Amino acid sequence: MSTSLNSKYAALQFKNRLYYLLLAAGGLVLLAALYSVHMMESHGHIITGMNNQIVWGVPHVFAIFLIVAASGVLNVASIGSVFGKAIYKARAPLASLLSIAMLAGGLAVLMLDLGRPDRFMLPAFNFNVTSVFAWNVVLYSGLFGLVVAYLWTMMEKRMNVWTKSVGLAVFAWRFILTTGTGLIFAFLTARQAYGSAILPPMFIVLSFAWGMAVFHMVQTVMYAWNDKVLDPAIMERKKHLLGVFVLASLYMVAVYHMTNLYFAHKTGFEHFILKDGGVYPTLFWWGYVVLGNIVPLILIYLPGLGSKISALAASLTVVLGGFAFLYVFIIGGQAYPLDIFPGFQVSSTFGDGQIASYTPSVYEILLGLGGLAIAFIITTVSVRVLNFMPHDKPYIAD
Amino acid sequence: MNLMSDQSLRISSPVVLLQMIVRGYLRMDLKVIIRALLVMCLLVLCMPSVWAAQDTPYKLDIGRGGQCVRDPVWMRKNHMHLLIHQRDEVVHKGIRDDKISLKNCIECHASTKDDSVIAREDSFCVACHRYEAVKIDCFECHSGTRKSVWLQRNAK
Amino acid sequence: MNDIHNQRRSFLKTSLGVAAVTVAPGLLLFDVAHGKSEAVSSKVRWGMLIDTTNCADGCHDCVTACNKENGLSGGLAPTDSQWIRKIEIKDVSAGRSFALPMMCQHCEEPPCVDVCPTGASFKRADGIVLVDKHRCIGCRYCMMACPYKARSFVHEPLHNQNPDVPRGKGTVESCTLCVHRIDAGKQPACAEACPNKSILFGDLNDRNSEIAKKLRTVASVQVRSDLGLNPGIHYQGI
Repeated sequence: MSTSLNSKYAALQFKNRLYYLLLAAGGLVLLAALYSVHMMESHGHIITGMNNQIVWGVPHVFAIFLIVAASGVLNVASIGSVFGKAIYKARAPLASLLSIAMLAGGLAVLMLDLGRPDRFMLPAFNFNVTSVFAWNVVLYSGLFGLVVAYLWTMMEKRMNVWTKSVGLAVFAWRFILTTGTGLIFAFLTARQAYGSAILPPMFIVLSFAWGMAVFHMVQTVMYAWNDKVLDPAIMERKKHLLGVFVLASLYMVAVYHMTNLYFAHKTGFEHFILKDGGVYPTLFWWGYVVLGNIVPLILIYLPGLGSKISALAASLTVVLGGFAFLYVFIIGGQAYPLDIFPGFQVSSTFGDGQIASYTPSVYEILLGLGGLAIAFIITTVSVRVLNFMPHDKPYIAD
Repeated sequence: MNLMSDQSLRISSPVVLLQMIVRGYLRMDLKVIIRALLVMCLLVLCMPSVWAAQDTPYKLDIGRGGQCVRDPVWMRKNHMHLLIHQRDEVVHKGIRDDKISLKNCIECHASTKDDSVIAREDSFCVACHRYEAVKIDCFECHSGTRKSVWLQRNAK
Repeated sequence: MNDIHNQRRSFLKTSLGVAAVTVAPGLLLFDVAHGKSEAVSSKVRWGMLIDTTNCADGCHDCVTACNKENGLSGGLAPTDSQWIRKIEIKDVSAGRSFALPMMCQHCEEPPCVDVCPTGASFKRADGIVLVDKHRCIGCRYCMMACPYKARSFVHEPLHNQNPDVPRGKGTVESCTLCVHRIDAGKQPACAEACPNKSILFGDLNDRNSEIAKKLRTVASVQVRSDLGLNPGIHYQGI
């Protein structure tokens, strides 16, 4: 009796230590990120790889991934509260938590990358109604508030009656929010890479896949940590849902590139991104298409693969593919020269007619990782302190 | 040996205390927590000013000095309102009032020694702002040097 | 009343004294500029007509003048600000090449103003597109939106700026059409510096102005006019 208790206690102690170790690791990354913010504050953006041609760099890749995934992860909650599926309902609190955590991380990166981060409150007082950035300030903070309210209605028994209506509001809000994120690029008429009406829906579908993948990774870790086993039937369903989202997002991305290829004034850009652009085609084909789509689809749909590991690996590859996609989309899109004089060959001292070069510095990478660290810390602390573990009733398909 | 009771009763470290609070063994009054947080926030907010403020005010180098807008007491209290109002008038509407303009302030108040309102500890803007521990944000963009001298220096 | 008189008297005294002290050999240091107490009006729309046929190959006088006037370093690194640049253009099929200066086009419908979250990017009533650096948070969205790549971001802390042209780290900037000179009744530095007088500056709304007359008589285009932004800068000979 005593020995078994002792060994149980030892295991508990080990987990406690591991937990604080993980937290410390997250804190360390965050600290490093704050240090690089301090460096960027005192030296200016000169110490990053960003310049007057590539104005948005790696921090924006991290920020946009986190924000888009934050909206997509709520899909799990919406399927539960809006469409009434029990297994998703049980996961709505965890999904909401992840959404808040990633939103906080993404927004922090976005704010800290500003040239004047000390003025981050300024858009609240000088609101330009025509700016999609300004709308997004409202959309992001609104989602934050709504999801907190949503969590409250779920976790406080007396508020349960409101869960469905708040859930519906969250459902609508996050659609608008991801539309807003897509519009940031869709409104850039002059740039060949952007300025397309397909971008908002594309971002919505991408958000489903990325959010689902992140959710799945966190859930798997939580079950393993608590020595619990996820019902294989549930696992199977979620895995296939991820597969559908991955396929749908691949379809959207394909349509985006196909339409661009068809427009004569955009073919040059497409050739650059898909074929001649060096690091960008490599990242696009190997990083996004193969690692981010083909591999997870094989892992999901090939029969005979162990469900647990393959689902986790598929999620991980989807996330990595997401980063590759955004790197190509954001940075590759700016690297291709802006066509100021269509039909002419141009050159100047300001990079006209030339492919812009970009090498991210350690500072901006650290800043981006800091966003992940914020999301990680919020999630880790919350799942330990509060009850976010999904509680499944014996599973019946509904 | 009853391991659990043995462990849970001894609060050996802050970490354990925190764990116990988190797991619900101990309950803290929410009001107490909020009050404690507020006090801590206040303390943290005060810290920079405690560091920055100095005991003895520097003697001000008022440059050529003189009075053209309002008396010094009024100006000491209100110059920032004038400057903020004026900056919007100039930048957005192009109303360039000679008298109430940062450039004009500097023209007279820059030190006669180094032609600047910010170069030294006792320069016109720095001395007061340091004493009051208020960060000036003007001179990251604006020149603190008298225009006439800047022109001379940059003519070559 | 008396009080005001006294104040005025002491002001006059000091300024006279100041003027006396600062009249260095042949140089009036205390510049008594003329203040403008009226707001700019939309009756005026400032613009330029640039004759590219006259823009000499290899001449960078407008760029140099701009750098000097606005206190730019003149560096050509990708992180350095360039408010005006010469673009060498080659028409491959026709075998023709020419050059022109490119800067902020001061659009009537500026995309940078539309996208700016804080309203720091704005268009003055007289058509000049500016950045209010007091409000700019340095998000660089305007740089993404500008079809002419006219804007630069200040990547480093700056020192010794021109007192008339405040610029600073972490904010976006671009050609101001030398707004400080325009407000003082002068024309932009580049227009003044062009040795061939290829840059004609004036009020597009005044039918009797030289620029309006010339726009009526010569064929000119606006760059990327397909975007419908109606830039204030017109080019001749593209």
